[in-house]
Amino acid sequence: MSADTVARTNGKTAAKPEKPSKVGAAATWADDRLGLAGLAKKNLRKVFPDHWSFMLGEIALWSFVVLLLTGVFLTLWYRPSMAEVVYDGSYSPLRGLEMSEAYMSALHISFDIRGGLLMRQVHHWAAMIFIASMFVHMMRVYFTGAFRKPRELNWVIGCLLLILGTLEGFTGYSLPDDLLSGTGIRAADGFMKSIPVIGTYASFFLFGGEFPGDSIIPRLYTVHVLLIPGVLLALIAAHMLLLVYHKHTQWPGPGRTEGNVVGFPMLPVYAAKAGGFFFIVFGVLTLMGGIISINPVWAYGPYNPAEVTAGSQPDWYMGWPDGALRIMPGIESHFFGLTLSWNVLLPIIVLPGVMFTILLMLPFIESWITQDKRDHHLLQRPRNAPTRTATMVALMTFIGLLWAAGGNDIIAIKMNLSINQITYFIRAAVFIGPVIAFIITRRWCISLQRHDNEKLLHGYESGIIMRDAQGGYSERHLPLPLERAYTLTARDRDDIFVPQLTTDDNGVSSPTARKDKLRGRLSQLWYGDNVQAPTRAELDEAHHHAELEHAHEVAMSGHAADGHQFDGRAESVSDNQLSSR
Amino acid sequence: MRLTQKLGSRITGRLSAHRRSRLAGPVVVLLALILTGGMFSLLAPASAEQKTADEDLVAKGRALFLVGCSSCHGKNGEGVPTEQGNQYGPSLVGVGAASVDFQVGTGRMPMAQPGTQALRKPPVYSEEETEALAAYVATLGPGPAVPAESETSTEDVDEEGVVEGGEFFRTNCTACHNFAGAGGALPRGRFAPSLDGVSNKHIYEAMLTGPQQMPVFSDEVLTPEDKRNIIAYLNEREESPKYGGFELGSLGPVTEGLAAWLVGMGALVGFAVWIAAHSTRSTKKKGGTA
Repeated sequence: MSADTVARTNGKTAAKPEKPSKVGAAATWADDRLGLAGLAKKNLRKVFPDHWSFMLGEIALWSFVVLLLTGVFLTLWYRPSMAEVVYDGSYSPLRGLEMSEAYMSALHISFDIRGGLLMRQVHHWAAMIFIASMFVHMMRVYFTGAFRKPRELNWVIGCLLLILGTLEGFTGYSLPDDLLSGTGIRAADGFMKSIPVIGTYASFFLFGGEFPGDSIIPRLYTVHVLLIPGVLLALIAAHMLLLVYHKHTQWPGPGRTEGNVVGFPMLPVYAAKAGGFFFIVFGVLTLMGGIISINPVWAYGPYNPAEVTAGSQPDWYMGWPDGALRIMPGIESHFFGLTLSWNVLLPIIVLPGVMFTILLMLPFIESWITQDKRDHHLLQRPRNAPTRTATMVALMTFIGLLWAAGGNDIIAIKMNLSINQITYFIRAAVFIGPVIAFIITRRWCISLQRHDNEKLLHGYESGIIMRDAQGGYSERHLPLPLERAYTLTARDRDDIFVPQLTTDDNGVSSPTARKDKLRGRLSQLWYGDNVQAPTRAELDEAHHHAELEHAHEVAMSGHAADGHQFDGRAESVSDNQLSSR
Repeated sequence: MRLTQKLGSRITGRLSAHRRSRLAGPVVVLLALILTGGMFSLLAPASAEQKTADEDLVAKGRALFLVGCSSCHGKNGEGVPTEQGNQYGPSLVGVGAASVDFQVGTGRMPMAQPGTQALRKPPVYSEEETEALAAYVATLGPGPAVPAESETSTEDVDEEGVVEGGEFFRTNCTACHNFAGAGGALPRGRFAPSLDGVSNKHIYEAMLTGPQQMPVFSDEVLTPEDKRNIIAYLNEREESPKYGGFELGSLGPVTEGLAAWLVGMGALVGFAVWIAAHSTRSTKKKGGTA
């Protein structure tokens, strides 16, 4: 504070503190005991950057809150019991049937509890959206490089949330004990039994004896309402604490660096935005629960191991392992009178395990190849990491094709196709499709990089067609606005790893020579074809060239038409502006 | 006793003596004809006019059959085998009137083109023509008759019957036709069709005759009462309100997943974009450089 700002008024009386308010007193009382003020002062003003894709994880968070709320409602009437009872509720086409108490209570919630069916449907839709939004959020994080150091562990937590969410969904799917639920449990029993050696033991342990027994529903209930939600809550808390600790990533742009976060403070802006988004998520889910039927348990009827329905599928997030199971050729081996069902074991036990491990390892694989151990808080556009983007698109293609295979019967009847031909097609496509997707995506990204460089070096297409003296036509290119040009150039150069000499001066071979060679090769594959942002010299050269050309054109026409009079863009990149940053 | 014995043996003896007579054959044939003719006129239910009507119907059916069906099923409904030994059109001997009534009445026959399965479409033949075709095919060999309306009516099925029908439906039908009768896939492009809007009679006939991929549920397997109960359950489901809202075709979790992504995620990501686009500054500088 400089001297000339000390005396702001000429008042004759000293300033007195205002009379303390009641709210203030309460806040002081709490702060004296909890010391929250320091924490709140810091965090209420915490800055978050603004972009729609940063809100995808929020959809997952809010749908989880909806799941907790509706789930508590459902537990008030749901009875996790496989005791056989005779139904005498409101739904007449099932009245008088023997069924499990669990199924009866599901019918009771649907038909006799006020708002029960709505709550069931909201709960189920919220579960579908919970996992869908986790998927979308995960893809956003991967495509933008937000998983890089220091956020690898948060990626791992996110992956655990995804698999736990899937398991939570599966246990919830099984609880109503309708025909579809029971078919799902039956399938799960089969999956478990396909595990060599321990399979049957695991199944007997889980079911408390031979399938179906009478303990699976109560056990799944405990897992569904206590165990997994508890772990989910803890992991979500850890996920968000790390988010606060790391600070949110942001897109590059003028004024945005690796050392700051440009955006709006938590209070009032994000409190309002996030709070509002909660109500939007709740509203959309309630609307869906109100008007779109999901899992009509009364239509399926009670579970009976002798019955099955066409269109028995798991919920969407289990669709891709189900699809793998559907397209797997029936291969079995027999050893000493024991049967090993590869046709179940590979697609439903091994494949999801492998895929999950790959997912978990993605950040570590990339950082091992690139040897990039720096902190990253600025995001990358997907095009600027072509191999990474292509990897995820290949994985998505793989999962997507298997997902389609999971609905092969519905595709067959709705598109008048043969289920066998769909199966044959996908059997080949799961291997060929990801490769094609990888190549196309990678080349597509590289082309987009080239396009960016073209815009930087030659300007954007102005839409102004010039006719020269010979009668030829050309389009006038104008330099990009400075802000845009800065954003496009604000990215790191990719360093391809070059392995050191395999032997040192004394002829001793390097112990890491092999690893380095592999890393060098992978790094070449990862970065080799990327188009780097133009250097300052290249930019200077391009602008110099453009100015010369412009001057030439002006001289030719005697009439300076740079196009700005048409599009109203006043700003343009000038050489000294760009080179001064 | 002796006398009657004597008399009897004398008559048989005389008959026996004439059994090689030249007239014996014609006389026996004449007697047999008189007997069967007499028995027929005594026992046959049809009156003279009705008999002519039936004959007319069969003749009409045969005429229609020759024009519309014989190219695949053969001129006498004997079927047409292909060179590979497959059936171009199967033999219709013994399929019965119920089969014809189902296939023609639901528009499956005549087929628009050869294919894996005959598709349901608006019927080509009128009810009288269908009846005539059924009458003709019924003459080819014994088979199930078209059930009378009283047999397929579900008016007298009570709640208990509906519940039982549901159990039979889930045990025998849902594996192919799906839990809501919405249909399901079968190998190589075949399918179990949707049961929505199919008349009681046609469902009954389908169970009775097992058209195309469907197994026959004869009256020994599913009694006529069971069949009526199943139909009553289906009608009950079709008429009951959609408790959960829009049913997405009642196809199970696949369409639900599609709705979760397209409707749910579509709307929520749309809202996210909308929220992010509305910052504290409500108006952007016009002609901004971003």
